[in-house]
Amino acid sequence: MMRFLLLFSRQGKLRLQKWFTPVTDREKKKVIRDVTMLVLARPPRSCNFLHWRDLKVVYKRYASLYFCTGLENQDNELLTLEVLHRYVELLDKYFGNVCELDIIFNFEKAYFILDEFLMGGEVLETSKVAVSVSVEEADTLQETMEEYMSKPAY
Amino acid sequence: MSDVVEKTLTALPSLLSLDSHSGATKLSSTSKLGNLIRGITELTSKHEEEKLVQRELVSIKEQVSSPNTSMRQMKELMVRAIYCEMLGYETSFSYIHAIKLAQQGTALEKRVGYLAVSLFLNESHELLLLLVNTVLKDLQSTNLIEVCMALTVVGQMFPKDMIPAILPLVEEKLNHPKEIIRRKAVLALYKFYLIAPNQVQHIHNKFRKALCDKDPGVMAASLHIYLQMIQDNPEGYKDLTASFVTILKQVVGGKLPMDFNYHSVPAPWLQIQLLRILSFLGKNDQSSSEIIYEVLDESLRRAEINHNITYAILYECVKCIYTIHPKSELLEKAAKCIGNFVLSPKMNLKYLGLKALTYVVQQDPKLALQHQMTIIECLDHPDLIIKRETLELLFRITNAQNVTVIVEKMLEFLRVNKDDYTTIDLVGKVAELAEKYAPDNEWFIETMSTVFSVGGDVMQPDIPNSFLKLLSEGFDSVEEDRKLRLFAVDSYVSLLQGEPGKLPQRFLQVISWVLGEYSYLSEELEAATVLRLLAKLLDMKSTSSETKSWVLVAMTKLCEGGAGVSVAQEVCETYSSSLDTVLRQRAQELQHLSQDCELRARVLPRDAGLEPLEVDSSLSFLDGFVSEALAAGAAPYKPPHQRQEELAQSKALSLEPYGLSLPISMSSCSIADRQSPTLLSVSSGLSGDSPDLSHKGGSTTLKLDGVKRVWGREGYLSQREPVEESAHVEVPSPLRSPSQQGEAESSHSQTPATTPTPQPEQEKQQLASSLFVGLGSHSSVCLMGKSEPTTQRFRRKAKGPVSPSAASEQISNSLVSTPSTANDLLCNNLLDSSVTSELSVSSPEQTSQLSQGPAAANGTCDVELTDGDVKESSPSLVGGNSVVAADPAPHEDPDRPEGLCLNTHLPAELSGLCHSEITPLCSNQSLDLSACHVQKEDSLALVVFIYNSSDSDIQQILLELDSDELEVSCVCDSAVQGARSHSVAVCQYSLTVKRPSVHVEVVGMVSYQFPVGTPQSVQFSYKLPLTGFIRPLTVSTEEYGTMWLDFSHDTKQKLTLISDGQEPLADTLNVLKKKLQLHVVEIIGMEGIVACRLLRDQPCLMHCRLHAGTLSVWLRSPVPDLPDCLMYHCQRALQEH
Repeated sequence: MMRFLLLFSRQGKLRLQKWFTPVTDREKKKVIRDVTMLVLARPPRSCNFLHWRDLKVVYKRYASLYFCTGLENQDNELLTLEVLHRYVELLDKYFGNVCELDIIFNFEKAYFILDEFLMGGEVLETSKVAVSVSVEEADTLQETMEEYMSKPAY
Repeated sequence: MSDVVEKTLTALPSLLSLDSHSGATKLSSTSKLGNLIRGITELTSKHEEEKLVQRELVSIKEQVSSPNTSMRQMKELMVRAIYCEMLGYETSFSYIHAIKLAQQGTALEKRVGYLAVSLFLNESHELLLLLVNTVLKDLQSTNLIEVCMALTVVGQMFPKDMIPAILPLVEEKLNHPKEIIRRKAVLALYKFYLIAPNQVQHIHNKFRKALCDKDPGVMAASLHIYLQMIQDNPEGYKDLTASFVTILKQVVGGKLPMDFNYHSVPAPWLQIQLLRILSFLGKNDQSSSEIIYEVLDESLRRAEINHNITYAILYECVKCIYTIHPKSELLEKAAKCIGNFVLSPKMNLKYLGLKALTYVVQQDPKLALQHQMTIIECLDHPDLIIKRETLELLFRITNAQNVTVIVEKMLEFLRVNKDDYTTIDLVGKVAELAEKYAPDNEWFIETMSTVFSVGGDVMQPDIPNSFLKLLSEGFDSVEEDRKLRLFAVDSYVSLLQGEPGKLPQRFLQVISWVLGEYSYLSEELEAATVLRLLAKLLDMKSTSSETKSWVLVAMTKLCEGGAGVSVAQEVCETYSSSLDTVLRQRAQELQHLSQDCELRARVLPRDAGLEPLEVDSSLSFLDGFVSEALAAGAAPYKPPHQRQEELAQSKALSLEPYGLSLPISMSSCSIADRQSPTLLSVSSGLSGDSPDLSHKGGSTTLKLDGVKRVWGREGYLSQREPVEESAHVEVPSPLRSPSQQGEAESSHSQTPATTPTPQPEQEKQQLASSLFVGLGSHSSVCLMGKSEPTTQRFRRKAKGPVSPSAASEQISNSLVSTPSTANDLLCNNLLDSSVTSELSVSSPEQTSQLSQGPAAANGTCDVELTDGDVKESSPSLVGGNSVVAADPAPHEDPDRPEGLCLNTHLPAELSGLCHSEITPLCSNQSLDLSACHVQKEDSLALVVFIYNSSDSDIQQILLELDSDELEVSCVCDSAVQGARSHSVAVCQYSLTVKRPSVHVEVVGMVSYQFPVGTPQSVQFSYKLPLTGFIRPLTVSTEEYGTMWLDFSHDTKQKLTLISDGQEPLADTLNVLKKKLQLHVVEIIGMEGIVACRLLRDQPCLMHCRLHAGTLSVWLRSPVPDLPDCLMYHCQRALQEH
């Protein structure tokens, strides 16, 4: 089971955080600080897996954004790498050529997509089509015209 | 696809920096959030950002609390608040508004409200209770989107206590026509299962329905629940093995819709989930494993495409193959697969390959040999993660021959490592290896010195402790001991002459203890020199006061002769006025003892480490003082538990934290640092409490039980404990010169043949041969911690005045037990040729046996009873039979003639108590094992009957028990004994609860040997419900009232009522009383209060109320998990009624 998912920039600025188990605020700050430092210090082309305390950390860099998760011991690292990739694919499909700015300015949308994709730290929907359908459904059914227009054009 | 994403994303950072304005404008032209974000990115300093955000927060705060803010605006405000919170600013004022938004907004606003709630709050936050109603409403909504949102938030966080309120609604959703809703409902239930398993245990059949759902997505979701349940209890789901295999076959065969494909691999997430489930089901179970083999084979075959996702599946397959019952053909394929991983140029795969190897070498060390060159390369890999994993692998293949090289590599890594967590881990491993395989004294001391200086103050405290213990207890020969100690003294003196300021405090403490104790061994070393060195430590600024007191004690041991005394006097002057009371006391001691040689010789005799310390635990020398004080009007002494009770009654303070502290601190002063400052201060602190934790007056052995708890990191000590004994075995030193090593290497014909190689290559070869020496098929490697048949240099002497016969018994004992243990643990032929004559394994009982001493020798085993009334249980304890009720159904084997008469072998003192039925545990051609449990007042006695059904006598039987949830201690020294042909041996253990669980399990192993023949062993497990540990607690209603308020852990649930009689409440409570041994305190109208306790001192209170035809039960206890477990048993008891 995933414990947390963090998105942060190359400068270490947090862009999105999701915690799948209850964690206190202090602990959260510590995890964010430690893991960010750990990941940013990695040289390019090295292994995507790390240890942090008793957790396994799996990260991947997409352009200027780092996607990073904390896993429990028995989880499969490679599979998690693909989970991250699938999330990027989903974001890409929704925003169309996603970039860091999309996620900064529409982070709540990024959260909604994540909620349709992962639930309680496990993959909820493995089919890419289904996730975007349910996100779109929720969007179009409920959004006013104005909000619909302010959505990024693609 | 991924390439496109990467390319686009790579192009964008430039956009961000150069063109951030226009980019952002395009995205959100007028939004306030956009302005905020842009504002922040334009700032240059952290300070400015802080100012801006604070301003922003003030304005948000103003607006959210204004009554004129519409929900639309509120939504926008929430998004901004989330953003500020992500930046790390405090926004707690907005939490309540987030809940309000979720409650009152239209669907889209609601969605943001829920999102904000799930990001702001966590499960234990009190505001979450306000959300329950909203969730309830939305679950009943006709708008699918709202239902979805409610389920999503439930799956993320929900207050545990409120689960029953929404459970029926969530269950209902399992039948919803929309599959997305069904799937979310299943995952919400999964979440419930994780946080409160007993709340959903009655709907297991619904899970099964979800598993059979026509939509593969819902089925996949239900696998999460099954994985968890099967992990908790694999036995209960064996019948599903075939179904899971069929599902996996269909998935692998591509029967699912294309939707589920990922990079043209069919549903990889589903596959991996199923593989994990199957490995739990097939573990230690041959018949289940046989069903699984075929599909594993197919999975391996199908996963061909060169993509991460196929490797993920392969990795899971390999793990599964090595977990379930082995099949050689599959093992071969898996080994080949691991080879592909290890040899891959991709870092990630290499890492996983190494990881798989660490996992696999436990079963097949030869596999490491195949990849030795790759392992060597990884050892020098620039990526620390890979290096670390390689060391982990080497740790598993260490033996007496390659230990120096491997430890060297580990220390090398430690010197550059900066991560504390890794340091703690590795330092522990090095210390373990050093103690286990050290080739000679110099190496051992030097390695430990490095460990201490590198591990510094972060390492586990048991490392220095056990090192000192080892030194003080000594090993096989007096001469060896002397040399080791002397070497330690010499090397420490030279360290102190260097730069002691750089050494960590713990190391200084070790050094000062060793110098204080053993520096007399060195002839050319004068006490005064050592004293001066030690005094230098005192003057250093960095020295902590704890270390200072160690130093002072060491000086006290050393001060003699004119020069020495004068140094001591100087020090005394400085510290006798210290502000630190402990230091002041030490200084006083030093002053007095340095002036009175005779007294010092008596108080601190030289080389006393070997002598058992006599403790007058009754403190009789204080009697005069006490009676005087009493006569002068002092209050009489009350033992701690009595004091606590009084305290609890008068002030109603929580009892929890105090229970164990005193005995633990007592046992923590091990014999090793008997004269250390720690002990002195502890014992002086304790003197008042003595009667309570005293050893039996005047006993000459030291009490050792409890030591384990203090010293042990789990798993570590169990490997170390075995070193405790066999003092009388010869040690041919396994020291090997390099040339000898060379010989050893030449025997490895399977080393991959390499063509003549240039210099660096040769170096690697050399390293390889020194690393992998001893891994060949004929060498003795044992990778399972406990049974180490390899030579072991440092063995501890059996302590205390063990009679010669006892000692010899121990040895023969270890001879018997070791090989059999090993045989049993390792699947195949790793060991058969390798059993050397020096064995050094003992059982945990060994220690307890020692501690029990001769006093317990006339214990109660083997008591033959012929009384007729043995079987009868005491009528005062209610319902003897009901104790068995929740047991796994005991079945009598027809071919076990002794089954019935075992009752007569029940130890005499237990015969009056109520006991469970005697259940057969396991049997083979020569032994039949059965067991039962007997309820005693403060513990549960587990009685194991060993029936020797063969025709020859068994001389040595060794029984080892272990449990995760229970504390197991041997009642008498019955653990080791023999059994005549066709007779029964009885062992008795006392069980207490470490942490409550619905069912608790004891696993054990019997090792035995016939006079002729090889040693053998049998494993078994004994499972019993927690109810065996529940006793009635008699309290009055007032006491109940005060206790109720103190307890922090609780659970609530509705139970079915037994309503066939006149008074349903009384009837129901009576059933519970009878089945679970609860005490009904009082029944008042529609309410009843009930009390019980877990063994002696862990109470649990129950409050029941009749409500609309059901029984609302509320359980409270100071012990975590206890209410949940008890609730489960109440439910069971009522269902069975």
